[in-house]
Amino acid sequence: MNSEPAKLENAPLAKPYELRPKALADGGQPGELLEISMGPQHPSTHGVFRMDVVLDGERVVKLKPVFGYLHRNHEKIGENTTYLGSMPYTDRLDYFCSLTSNWAYALAVEKLAGLQAPERAEYIRVITAELTRLQNHISLVGFLLQDMGASGTPLMYAFREREKILDLFESLTGARMMCNYMRFGGCRCDLPPGWLDQARQVVGEFPRFLDEFEALLSGNEILLSRTQGVGALPPELAVNAGITGPMLRASGVNYDIRKVDKYGIYDRFDFRVPLGDHGDVYDRYMMRVLEMRASLKILEAALRDIPDGPIMDPKSKLRGFRPRAGEVYGRIESPKGELGFYLISDGSPKPCRYRVRPPSFINLTILEDMCLGHYVADAVIILGSVDIVMGEVDR
Amino acid sequence: METLDQIKARVEAAFPGASVEIVPNAGVGGQRSLLVDHAHALDVARFLREDPALRLDYASNVTGVDWLDAVIKEKRKVKQVIAGVEREIEETTERRRPGYLEVVYHLYSMELKHGPLVLRLRTANRADNARVPSLTPVWRAAEFQEREAYDLYGIIFDGHPDLRRILMWDEFRDFPMRKDYVEPDDYEYEPTPHDDVLAKAKRHYQP
Amino acid sequence: MDEGLRSELSKQGVFTTTLEDLYNWGRKNSVWPLGFGLACCAIEMIAASMARWDLARFGAEVFRPSPRQADLMIVAGTVTKKMAPQVVRLYNQMPEPKYVIAMGACAISGGPFKQGYNVLKGIDRYLPVDVHIPGCPPRPEALLHAFMTLQRKIDEQALTGAQRPRHLVAEAPSEFPVPEFGAHDLVPPANPEIWQPPEVVRGE
Ligand code: SF4
Repeated sequence: MNSEPAKLENAPLAKPYELRPKALADGGQPGELLEISMGPQHPSTHGVFRMDVVLDGERVVKLKPVFGYLHRNHEKIGENTTYLGSMPYTDRLDYFCSLTSNWAYALAVEKLAGLQAPERAEYIRVITAELTRLQNHISLVGFLLQDMGASGTPLMYAFREREKILDLFESLTGARMMCNYMRFGGCRCDLPPGWLDQARQVVGEFPRFLDEFEALLSGNEILLSRTQGVGALPPELAVNAGITGPMLRASGVNYDIRKVDKYGIYDRFDFRVPLGDHGDVYDRYMMRVLEMRASLKILEAALRDIPDGPIMDPKSKLRGFRPRAGEVYGRIESPKGELGFYLISDGSPKPCRYRVRPPSFINLTILEDMCLGHYVADAVIILGSVDIVMGEVDR
Repeated sequence: METLDQIKARVEAAFPGASVEIVPNAGVGGQRSLLVDHAHALDVARFLREDPALRLDYASNVTGVDWLDAVIKEKRKVKQVIAGVEREIEETTERRRPGYLEVVYHLYSMELKHGPLVLRLRTANRADNARVPSLTPVWRAAEFQEREAYDLYGIIFDGHPDLRRILMWDEFRDFPMRKDYVEPDDYEYEPTPHDDVLAKAKRHYQP
Repeated sequence: MDEGLRSELSKQGVFTTTLEDLYNWGRKNSVWPLGFGLACCAIEMIAASMARWDLARFGAEVFRPSPRQADLMIVAGTVTKKMAPQVVRLYNQMPEPKYVIAMGACAISGGPFKQGYNVLKGIDRYLPVDVHIPGCPPRPEALLHAFMTLQRKIDEQALTGAQRPRHLVAEAPSEFPVPEFGAHDLVPPANPEIWQPPEVVRGE
C-alpha cells in the first residue's frame, strides 16, 4: 500500500470531536489517552465482536472494530457444496432469522434458474418472514435494554414472546432456530393442520404484549435520557455508507426493499414504512417497535388471504440441480437490512462464486463515526442499536 | 433507468479515452455489467453517483471473484465451400485465458429507487499485479467490503484509507478464498468421515 | 457411616452427612457459568436461562461476565482459530475447580463448519471437556441434561485418594498453553499434552 490513502470526500463525520482539551482550566495537564480493547469476550458486545477504543477520560476519541472471531468460512464452504447443500448454512448466517436468510438465498437461486414459487408458498414465505421479523426485533429490544443496564426483565419478557413464535416454527419445520425450510421454487412442506389458527392466535395476542412493553419502556425516563441524541447518524452519511434496514430508516431515508423491489407478493399488502427523523438510538429503538406493528398488519392480511394450492414449482428439482451459467444478485429486506446473495454459476452443480452481502457487517462501517465524542457506556448501546449478529458479520 | 448501452455511451462521451466494456451474462436474468479500466474507474464511479439521471448513491455489494487460468472453447458457425457446395460447419477455437481477479460492485439508487448497475474492475493478473483502484472515496460502503476482498483474495486497492486484514489474523499469509488455496490439514481424527472429509482423513490413516 | 444406622437416625429426626457429601452438595448446586457465547448455540443457552426453561432451578442462573468469578465454561458455538487463543486464555483465568461443557456440534468437532479453514475442529484440542452436548443447536432441554450430568459428576467426586479431582492435586496443571497465530494455522494445532488423535481402525 505504497500510495497515499485518499481523503474521504463524502459526507462529514457524524460529530467532529476536539481531540484533547488544550489545557485544563486550572492550568493542570490533561491526562493520558487510554486505550482499551473491548471484546471479543465482553458481556455487551453481542457475541465475539471486538472494538479497540481510545478514550480521553470517558469520551471515545477513536474506535476500531475488529472482526473475524466468528469467521466460519461460509462462502468457501458454499463454493464447495451443491446449491441445495448451502441452504442449511444460510440458517446459521443470521441465527435469529433463519427463515429470512433462507428466503434470500432461495430468491437468488430462483432468479438464477428461472423458477417461480406458487402462490401459497409465497404466502407462507411472507408469513414466516414477518414472524421472524417480530421475534428478531423483540429480542433486539430486549438485548438493547440489557445493555442499558435493565438486566433481565425486558429481555425475559421478550424471550417469553419469542418462544411463542419459535413454537410455531418448530411445529412447521421441526426446528426452533435452524429451520432450513425454503426450497428453490417453493417450500419444503405444507403447513400442518391447525397451524394457521395457532398463528392467528399468536398474532392476535401480540399487540397486547407490545402495548404493555411500550408502556413499560417507550416513555421511560431512563431510556429517554440514555438514548435521545446519542449516536446520531445523518442521512447523507447513512446512504453513502450503505446502511440499510431499520437503521437507515431511523435516519429518515425511505428505502425498504419490500416496497422498492416488491419481491414475492409484498405489493399486495398495505403497510406503512416507519421513518425516524433524528437517527439517534431512540429513533432506532422506535423503528423496531413501529416495524413490529407494521408486520402485524401484514401478518393479519396474509393469514386471512392465504389460498390453497401447491407449494412447489413443478419445474424445480432438488437432485441434480444445475442452473445455467450466468450470474445473479438477489436481495430481500431481512430484519437487519438488505440481505443479498450474489451467485455465479458455471453450469456445474456447485456455484462458482457464492457471496453473501451481510447487512449487519456493512451497518458497522459507521460505528466509529456514531461513537466519537460519546461516553464509552454509550458506545455500548450504540452498538446494541445497530443490531448485529456475529454469524452474519463474520460469516 | 437507462439501458446499459446508453449509459456506456454517455460515460464514453464524458470521459474520452476511457475504455468501457459491456460484459455479457448468459443467465436467465441476463443482467449485464460494465467493465471499466483502472485509470478512469474513480471518474466513472463519481459520474455514476452524481449524474442526475442515474444517482447511484448506494453501493450495495462489493466482492472479489477469482478466475483461474482457463482454456475457453468457442464454437462458431463458418461457411465453407466443400467440394463445390457451400455448407455451414461448426468450428471450435481454443483460447487460453490467463487468470485474473475481479471486483464486482452492485450499485443502486436510493434517491431514484432503481438499480442495480453492476460495475466490474479487473486486475492484470493473480500474482504480483493484483491491484485495482479503490472506490471507497466515492462510496464509503465499500470500505469494509474492499478490506474483505483484500483479506480473502489478496486484491490490493490503491487509495483505500485503511487496507488491513479484516477477518483473518494479521500474521496470516494466505488468501483463503482463492480457488487454489490449500487449507491446513487437520483431519487427523475423523470417526465418521464421508465424501470430501473421507478423502482428507484418508491421508492420516494409511493402511 | 452404616446405611442402616443413618436411616434409623433420620427417622428420629437426626440428619447426618459426611463432609465430602456436604462439600459436593454445596458445589454442585451453585455452578456459576461464564457468560460467554460464541455463536448460534449461545442463543439457545440464553433461552435456557430465561423464564421458560429457567436454569435457576439448578443454581446456575448467575452468568458471570468475568472469568475470575465463574466455575463453568459453556463453550457454546463455533470456536474459530482466531478465537481459540482467547478461549484458552479465558479458561486459564478461571479459578479452580472449573469445568467445561462443549455445547453443540461445532464445539465438539467443528460441526457443519468442519471444512472451514478458520474453524477449530473441536475444543478438546486445547481444553479438557467434562460434558459434550450433541446437536445443532442442542435444545435447551439438552443443556439442562448436561447440567444434571455435570452435577452428578461433581457429586460423585471423592475428595481424597487417587481419584480425587484435578483441583485437589497440587501438581496437576490448571492452566494450559495458549496457542499462537501462525502464518497458515495455529501453532501448535493441538495441545499434545491433553489431546492425541485416538486410534481409529477402519476397514476399507
Ligand atoms: S453446533 Fe450448530 S447451532 Fe451450534 S454453533 Fe455450531 S452451527 Fe451453530
